[in-house]
Amino acid sequence: MKILLIGHGMVGHKFLEELAQLRQPGTEVTVLCEEPRAAYDRVHLSEFFAGKSADDLSLVAPGFFENSGFALRLNTRAAALDRRARTVTTASGEVLPYDKLVIATGSVPFVPPVPGNDRADCFVYRTIEDLEAMTEAGARSRSGVVVGGGLLGLECAKALRDLGLETHVVEFAPRLMAVQVDDDGGRILRGKIEELGVRVHTSRNTLEITDGARARHRMVFADGSHLEADMIVFSAGIRPQDILARQNALAVGARGGIAVDDQCRSSDPDIYAIGECAAWRDQLFGLVAPGYDMARVAARHITGQTDTAFGGADMSTKLKLMGVDVASIGDAQGRTPDSRSFRYMDECKRIYKKIVVSADGKQLLGAVLVGNADEYGTLLQLALNRIALPADPEFLILPASDGKAKPGLGVDALPDSAQICSCNNVSKGDICAAVADGATTTGALKACIKAGATCGGCVPLVTQVMKAEMARLGMAVNNHLCEHFPYSRQELFHLIKVGNIKSFGELIARHGKGLGCDICKPTAASIFASCWNEFVLKQELASLQDSNDYFLGNIQKDGSYSVVPRMPGGEVTPDGLIAVGQVAKKYGLYTKVTGGARVDMFGARLEQLPAIWEELIAAGFESGHAYGKSLRTVKSCVGSTWCRYGVGDSVGLAVELENRYKGLRAPHKIKFGVSGCTRECAEAQGKDVGVIATEKGWNLYVCGNGGMKPRHAELLASDLDKDTLVRLIDRFLMFYVRTADRLQRTSTWRDNLEGGLDYLKEVVVQDSLGLAAELEAQMAHVVATYQCEWKTAVTSPEVRKRFRTFVNDGRPDTRIVFVEERGQIRPARAEEREAASAGAAPEMAV
Amino acid sequence: MHTASPHWTAVCSLADILPGTGVCALVEDRHIAIFRLAGDQLYAIDNIDPRSGASVLSRGLVGNLGEQLVVASPLYKNHFDLRTGACLETPEHSVRSYPVRLNGDSVMVAPG
Ligand SMILES: Cc1cc2nc3c(=O)[nH]c(=O)nc-3n(C[C@H](O)[C@H](O)[C@H](O)COP(=O)(O)OP(=O)(O)OC[C@H]3O[C@@H](n4cnc5c(N)ncnc54)[C@H](O)[C@@H]3O)c2cc1C
Ligand code: HEM
Ligand code: SF4
Ligand code: SF4
Ligand code: FES
Repeated sequence: MKILLIGHGMVGHKFLEELAQLRQPGTEVTVLCEEPRAAYDRVHLSEFFAGKSADDLSLVAPGFFENSGFALRLNTRAAALDRRARTVTTASGEVLPYDKLVIATGSVPFVPPVPGNDRADCFVYRTIEDLEAMTEAGARSRSGVVVGGGLLGLECAKALRDLGLETHVVEFAPRLMAVQVDDDGGRILRGKIEELGVRVHTSRNTLEITDGARARHRMVFADGSHLEADMIVFSAGIRPQDILARQNALAVGARGGIAVDDQCRSSDPDIYAIGECAAWRDQLFGLVAPGYDMARVAARHITGQTDTAFGGADMSTKLKLMGVDVASIGDAQGRTPDSRSFRYMDECKRIYKKIVVSADGKQLLGAVLVGNADEYGTLLQLALNRIALPADPEFLILPASDGKAKPGLGVDALPDSAQICSCNNVSKGDICAAVADGATTTGALKACIKAGATCGGCVPLVTQVMKAEMARLGMAVNNHLCEHFPYSRQELFHLIKVGNIKSFGELIARHGKGLGCDICKPTAASIFASCWNEFVLKQELASLQDSNDYFLGNIQKDGSYSVVPRMPGGEVTPDGLIAVGQVAKKYGLYTKVTGGARVDMFGARLEQLPAIWEELIAAGFESGHAYGKSLRTVKSCVGSTWCRYGVGDSVGLAVELENRYKGLRAPHKIKFGVSGCTRECAEAQGKDVGVIATEKGWNLYVCGNGGMKPRHAELLASDLDKDTLVRLIDRFLMFYVRTADRLQRTSTWRDNLEGGLDYLKEVVVQDSLGLAAELEAQMAHVVATYQCEWKTAVTSPEVRKRFRTFVNDGRPDTRIVFVEERGQIRPARAEEREAASAGAAPEMAV
Repeated sequence: MHTASPHWTAVCSLADILPGTGVCALVEDRHIAIFRLAGDQLYAIDNIDPRSGASVLSRGLVGNLGEQLVVASPLYKNHFDLRTGACLETPEHSVRSYPVRLNGDSVMVAPG
């Protein structure tokens, strides 16, 4: 049997996977794929902007086509269909016969028919090629408009904002996400989105697009207003790609789409349609889960298994739009006759929750959640499994208050048949079976049964089911630091602090076992430092330190070390610079100005370090702690002292903050930035702690990060005077130091913090845990007991003696070899080193 | 110093090695890492980390993983068995180990 598949998108590929699993002998499968690449994960398309490559997004397992024998033809569009001859003609004129044809052509974006919609730099948002073109245009643009304020439009707005553009959303309806949420929910959502710097324009009917005066385009609206922007993205809905059906008199649905029956067959029994191009009982499904269901049904039916049927789909969704949780379940608008609703709205925190229940109050029909969708999993299961509601259903959405526990739906209440992951049709029973087979992490569950592997919306519930099942089977849910300590870092911190433990020997005797390792030793050393702040190279502490801390310098690839003196706020005197230059010259070090706004010197050998530091200390420098999991630098712009825009003395504050927190040991390194005005030249919002001057004081931002996974810092409090600012930073840092996991930067810590930014504000600003005084006192202790570690080290003969390459020989390390490059040294490459040491060895042996 | 075997070389005194750390000795052109663990147990392996070519293993953190006594390379954190020099993560990066013992207060290795 010859099977021909048109369209290799998400659903088309699912069909192939199902078919491959059914292993029907004698089938010959050909796939026509219009796009230049095989199927990829469109649901996570936006992650392309976050650095995912086309390969990362690919859905095709390595070797899939080789093993299945299916023939994939890229860049091949099906142009015509001849039902009588049972052939498909490609755009290049090739004629391909079929016995069974499967159409999975997806959708095309709808572009409103306004004059000017085809101008340059107008885009749609559907394929990797679209995103590549948008990235290119984004680099030349300052502003962008998204036409359409639905799910996709908002996701697209986030992408534009992340490209650094001034971003607008234009919506025809009077509210955002008109399909999924109601008026109040739409209003809260709008507030949230605008808070993030996106301008929202609702009830705007675009008449035409013309040349702009200040930007490339001008959009003219029916109400006479207009908006200018450099690029425009249309995201105003999708239309099923059903042209092959229309040209060949196949039945189509009332709102378009190839009409199919419960077996996904079109009006021609040899032609199937699945995914977004198919219309089932006149319904179109713009989500991937129903498409996957259709793919399963069609694959089974074609191979002669007639036991399955497509039965519609639940269109509930949960998304994080620009960091804002939005969820919609079932009859969100309350259209069922006699239905009633409960609403909860908090205009301060911008949270909106509504549930729609049946007339008798026994069943949940629908829900809308905006701003916080923690209850999504529970509500969805209540609705889907028709579980009887508790007597006071309002408590399902009210915030928990003392005494009144939420009537949470224990996962135990779910039947084994309850569908937990709709994308991949995984039931509670499937998850329990996988746990029993040894899958005890969410990663493992994704790998073996695909639970949570597609949209990710079900992951919290999958995790809950997994943990409950592990508990039921008596397995431990493990967050232990390592094999030596059955505790998390946070628990260990508590044990050390409360037990007044000051040495590793005591810690492991009381709470652990074995000798320790390279995970728990530095962790314990860091906690000791945060709690007691004793000299890190003190006898009992020295052996716990990672090499960098042990030698107070960062070890480089060749075993040499870097030397980084502190230059608070990036400020350094001419004399200071000269002293650094003289030291570098004397010891032949490579020098570089770092992104942290200070001077690094590289290429110091172990035995040279104390002498180098002695000279730097004599010139007034201190350790820069570049080696520690501790405060690195406080980057600053020149601020109001020199800059004509400045409204605050950013350098002065940066120097003060750097001197206050220098030496503080933490779970990971900490970076600060201070800018003198909103222009933000110091990039403070990319730092763990960012401060920006305002007309009225200082704004405090926290938990930003550059690097591998950039994250914008979030505003914790605004217009603070300096004392309050410092107090809040004290609390914030200590709270992080106490509760984060090992090697967890503030950004990941924040992403994993239950309750998110609101919770952090409550603890740090409003002192909801009553911890503030303790956190401040602990910081005061660290500040008061600061010492320059290098100064203590060079003045202690016992410590100083450890800085030697060989315990029995004064010669330098022969493995450290430098060559010259651009007027300075650099480590020799392996070949260069071998050549050098071959020549040098005989001399050394003398 | 006179020792039982001509191969043994004295490198330092026990007090030169902080408990729970290592040092590097230069013996007959070899860089040898010597570690002092609890109970003054001594172990010696090559100091050069095969993955980077740098002479650094004595500067790693020591401890145990299950039954094995190990040092973690300070550069890429791969672990070496202190008794055998075997690299746990990538056996092709294993190093050799050396006999080491205490003679009075003197730490002796046999580079042979
Ligand atoms: C940015 C974005 C975010 C999304 N987020 C979500 C989400 O969070 N959750 C969710 O459930 N869904 C989401 N969706 C929707 C989801 O991606 C679609 O439902 C799913 O991709 C539909 O699969 P499909 O195979 O029907 O169509 P597609 O994946 O579009 O595949 C159709 C393929 O057929 C090809 N084709 C069309 N005509 C021809 C022809 N004549 N010849 C050859 N090939 C042809 C097309 O080029 C395309 O490659 C999102 C979509 C986008 C664009
Ligand atoms: C996995 C992530 C990272 C690793 C492994 C890493 C590693 C290092 C190391 C080893 C040094 C010290 C060089 C030396 O003194 O020997 C350093 C310095 C530096 N890194 Fe990173 N880094 C990481 C992430 C980042 C990020 C996210 C940023 C910026 C957003 C960054 C910016 C800097 C700067 C500015 C310096 C110089 C700091 C100074 O002057 O002390 N690094 N990094
Ligand atoms: S952030 Fe403001 S004060 Fe600082 S340098 Fe830039 S423009 Fe000047
Ligand atoms: S970006 Fe990579 S290469 Fe550069 S300093 Fe950081 S870790 Fe080293
Ligand atoms: S529901 Fe989408 S991945 Fe589970």
